[in-house]
Amino acid sequence: MLPPYASPLERTWYWMHRALVFLILAFLILPILVIIPLSFNADNFLMYPMSGFSLRWYEEFFTSPVWGRSVMNSLIVSPAATLLAMALGTLASVGLVRAEFPGKTALTAVLISPMIVPVVIIGVAMYLFFAPIGLTGSYTGLILAHAILGVPFVITTVTATLVGFDFNLVRAASSLGAGPITTFFRVTLPLVAPGILSGGIFAFATSFDEVVVTLFLAAPEQSTLPRQMFAGIRENISPTIAAAATILVIVSTLMLLTLEWLRRRNERLRTALI
Amino acid sequence: MSDFAASASAIDGADPDLKRRMRRAERRRNLAYFALILPLALLVLVAFVWPIASLLVRAVENEGIHDNLPQTVAALRAWDGPELPDERVYRLLADELAQAKGTPKLAAIATRLNREEAGLRSLVMKTARHLPLPADVSAKEALIAIDPAWGEPPIWKTLKRAGHPFTAFYLLAALDLTVDAHGHVALAPPQERVYLDVLGRTFWMSFNVTLLCLLLGFPVAYLMAILPVNRSNLLMLFVLLPFWTSVLVRIAAWIVLLQNEGLVNRLLLSLGLIQSPLPMLFNRFSVYIGMIHILLPFMVLPLYSVMKGISPVYVRAALSLGCPPWRSFWTIYFPQTIPGVGAGVLLVFIMCMGYYITPALLGGPKEQMLSYFIAFYTNQTINWNMAAALSAILLTATLLLYAVYALRFGPTRVKFMKAR
Repeated sequence: MLPPYASPLERTWYWMHRALVFLILAFLILPILVIIPLSFNADNFLMYPMSGFSLRWYEEFFTSPVWGRSVMNSLIVSPAATLLAMALGTLASVGLVRAEFPGKTALTAVLISPMIVPVVIIGVAMYLFFAPIGLTGSYTGLILAHAILGVPFVITTVTATLVGFDFNLVRAASSLGAGPITTFFRVTLPLVAPGILSGGIFAFATSFDEVVVTLFLAAPEQSTLPRQMFAGIRENISPTIAAAATILVIVSTLMLLTLEWLRRRNERLRTALI
Repeated sequence: MSDFAASASAIDGADPDLKRRMRRAERRRNLAYFALILPLALLVLVAFVWPIASLLVRAVENEGIHDNLPQTVAALRAWDGPELPDERVYRLLADELAQAKGTPKLAAIATRLNREEAGLRSLVMKTARHLPLPADVSAKEALIAIDPAWGEPPIWKTLKRAGHPFTAFYLLAALDLTVDAHGHVALAPPQERVYLDVLGRTFWMSFNVTLLCLLLGFPVAYLMAILPVNRSNLLMLFVLLPFWTSVLVRIAAWIVLLQNEGLVNRLLLSLGLIQSPLPMLFNRFSVYIGMIHILLPFMVLPLYSVMKGISPVYVRAALSLGCPPWRSFWTIYFPQTIPGVGAGVLLVFIMCMGYYITPALLGGPKEQMLSYFIAFYTNQTINWNMAAALSAILLTATLLLYAVYALRFGPTRVKFMKAR
């Protein structure tokens, strides 16, 4: 990288730049790593030094009714919202790419606006709208809200995939006698699936980490894992939070790795085609 | 598309029936594709656009008087006096207040009037206690006997003003403006000003966080752009892992690190840099740290994607022509990164403006931004009009910035935005 004839000043710059970036990346990563060991702490405090090793906080996390319920709720709401966002978002993306009609840009902007409007406004607006029709404190309301928050990610990734999709393949399939349904499942879907999947991961991550709208819409019975963590951090911060955090770090690492795998697979396919 | 054009011109000579049939088929297919958008469009319109629109209407809605005292308000429309309204208006008010007595309506009227002028709540309550009036007395004299305030024009002016179905009161109040007795818009007295401070704080904190993210994100993105791919991928992982980690995990982590007995204070104490623990939590410092930690990836990603596309040959050319390294970086390389800088800055700033969770958990009362007050008026004091007015201001600011972003960078490039 650094040429042998570099001046001392250039050398200093070179190493200072690297040291600075190292410090910034440490700032990004270390806090996440610091909390993991604390989940194995034997005593009651969420601080170092640790007094011994124990799994009691994981036991607490998995057996306490409050945390258990929040995990269950997250496992109901997030997958349901993700599936809904993926189904409706994919259909709409195909329509947005293929149909021509006036106001298409405006409609696209509206459909991806849940990503831009500040969440508190979404929370308040949905609360005031859902309350009179009995959708607050219900799974239905929460799932609908989370699906709407996830839809923009599905639309942006799937439309990006579809723009690179060669629709002549569909024409070829139908000219060879395949019906629209066969064509969709055997030609279109396998090619756009990675786009849908990565949109789905974004939507899942959004829902799985959503606090604000949940604060407005959910009754205690629908409290999700992030909502419970919010309450835990605010009221009594205990090592159970660290246990929950560790599990969430594992989940987010899995999502990251899946996306990375999808990206590499996509790149491989793309270079293989050329 | 050229093959399509060719086939279309070939059809030009063919029989017109075929042309029509093709156009119809084309239209039908277009309609079928359009139908695919409908389910989502309906959901978003009903459960997202409509609720937000009706929230915004609340910002100008004037509830309390015109819905609970409809006849009095209608009668007052004709009155514009310095002199007092006539007996009919007094009688209507007495009757309608008597009807409202013992129902939540009365409290609504009293609360709404009290917002116009402190003290009117007790006037309404006191008056209602003496109602209903007997049918054979003069309502005008009876009301003035209950409280002399009914014999002065200002109370009727207030009632008339508060009786409009729409009002700019909340929107003005959200900017610390009031309408004085002469109908002029003026700044609220200094001790009553709240929101300009909050609005200013929201902008100031967003500005600082954005600037710091740019200063920290630029060198990271730059290093990733100049390193070979396999090593920059590793660095990218260090940026993406926090990006994917739950915000609450990171906030909890910062509480662990920054508390009085936390690792940072311990480290500084053991190094002898400080004598007693520094208060680093629940203040501006911890909010900035938390927000930068969450938003830095949103700055690095657009910067990196632009920098990756910058060819190194220009800087090399400048260097070979004798331009000093710093100057060639600043005059040749940096201007090419401006699209990334613009995208990152706008993205981070837009997200900052709506922050709620981080200041709520890591800040003190002086760190709460606009979002906090919107939630506060919705949940705590149940003043939905005020919540709506503040929402309108926050939404306008956000959408304006987003419009700049979308016009400059295209609407769908906001891929990395995560609602927080």
